[in-house]
Amino acid sequence: MTKAPTAGRPRPAVNPDTRFFWDAAFERRLAVQRCSACRALRHPPGPACPRCHSLDWEVSDVSGRGTLYSYTVLHHPPAPGFDGPAVIAVVDLEEGVRMVSNVVGVDPATLTIGEPLEVCFEEHVGWTVPQFRRPAAREAVR
Amino acid sequence: MNHPPSAAIVGVGSTEFSKASGRSELRLALEACTLALADAGLDPSDVDGLVTMTMDDNDEPAVAHYLGLDALTFFARTSGGGGGGPGTLTLASMAIATGRARTVICYRAMNERSQGRFGQPSRYAGDRAATAAAVTMSWAAPFGMVTPAAFFAPSFRRYMHEYGATSEDFGRQAVVQRAYANKNPQAFFHDRPLTLDDHQSSRMIADPLRLFDCCQESDGGVALVLTAPERAKDLRQPPVAVLGAAMGVGPRQYGVAPLYRDDLADAAETRVMGDQLWAQSGLGPGDMDVALLYDHFSPAVLMQLEALGFCGLGEAPGLVRDGGTEIDGVIPTNTNGGQLSEAYIHGFNGLAEAVRQLRGTSVNQVTGAAHAVVTGGSHAPTSGVVLGRTA
Repeated sequence: MTKAPTAGRPRPAVNPDTRFFWDAAFERRLAVQRCSACRALRHPPGPACPRCHSLDWEVSDVSGRGTLYSYTVLHHPPAPGFDGPAVIAVVDLEEGVRMVSNVVGVDPATLTIGEPLEVCFEEHVGWTVPQFRRPAAREAVR
Repeated sequence: MNHPPSAAIVGVGSTEFSKASGRSELRLALEACTLALADAGLDPSDVDGLVTMTMDDNDEPAVAHYLGLDALTFFARTSGGGGGGPGTLTLASMAIATGRARTVICYRAMNERSQGRFGQPSRYAGDRAATAAAVTMSWAAPFGMVTPAAFFAPSFRRYMHEYGATSEDFGRQAVVQRAYANKNPQAFFHDRPLTLDDHQSSRMIADPLRLFDCCQESDGGVALVLTAPERAKDLRQPPVAVLGAAMGVGPRQYGVAPLYRDDLADAAETRVMGDQLWAQSGLGPGDMDVALLYDHFSPAVLMQLEALGFCGLGEAPGLVRDGGTEIDGVIPTNTNGGQLSEAYIHGFNGLAEAVRQLRGTSVNQVTGAAHAVVTGGSHAPTSGVVLGRTA
């Protein structure tokens, strides 16, 4: 098992397009932008809808369920704020948006592209990181 | 669609490649520029344009100052990090073809090993103001994605998943390039052979990338002089024509990496760029005698072979396994040893090697080489050129 990351990760810089994401995470919610005009979801957050170009958007909570599209395990140089190798995941959320995050609590050698994941939250001083883990039921049968 | 050449490379200059140059980056730039001018038989006073990459730390006016130039009429930089190397020739060719400049030097000179290690996180972290760049990095750095290897590794992992490519497949290209480097006295790894076993036992950097899948960090500088074809004919060296010069960004590029693209197993930016090269030059992959494909990481060479059309998607591992990138293969690739084994000069050493091949002066000469393709880094905003022998 990889150890959980500790304090000292690079903190996100936030602007008016992105603040909601980190505010939601602080409340242990996973949220993405939804275009107010065409209703398309998007991530990472940005000022405009790439599909219809509307500047109007709202915050939409998502289920936090997804699948592993790809990943890397960063061994060297060590990722700042991580105790061991960082397991960096590219996750396809079931709502159809993609998110870069971490998978925690897994032996990286057992990661399988396409496997289901669910969001979890790790608190740091003043901010919270959304990351992913294997759904509890699946992990129990391993 | 066969455009007449709009510019030609008439001079190349290079410093030595090392891990500690002991000299300032600006001095490396000046050394490379003056060597390139001497190679061309031109004087600094002939130069009216300077182009480099946003990665480079040497301002165009500073280089102009120390070249003693009274005026510059064209100066510019290409973005996209290591994707922008051949793009400097794209800009220079456009400037020359449109009369904005007569003679342009493209240069890149850095101490990216001794002055600050390019592959370390420090280059990316630490900006706390909410600039657009810092906000973009905020979807990566908090999750540990802080090095070039970490940014691109998920693309290579997905490529393995889609097409059954293996770490050994990546290693075979690294071994091919090391063999080229072992014949190249300018290569950092000139005296050190590499076997597939060495590759497979090298430590993991960012899974699936092992140490010998990764380019070096190097000190050094390279410069190329370009001018109009009619002027090039009267100069010291046989001119090398720029037959195609393009740039490319693929769908959903976000910052340095295309992680939000539907299909990460395809180097779409290289495809966008390469399609233009073939259209502009009226040539195709089958016309190329040698390729210098940006090898920040060895699997990127395989994915670019596919995106440029040297083989189909998923077929590059077989092409490499069959010796296709070796000196007598279908497309000898990175004959200087590449950035894995010669030096990491942001692809400028690949441009220099392409010129040597087309002049017939490479230490790993492809017999009768008439056409070469050179690319910038895939998976980043990229660029490329098709070059041709004129004599």
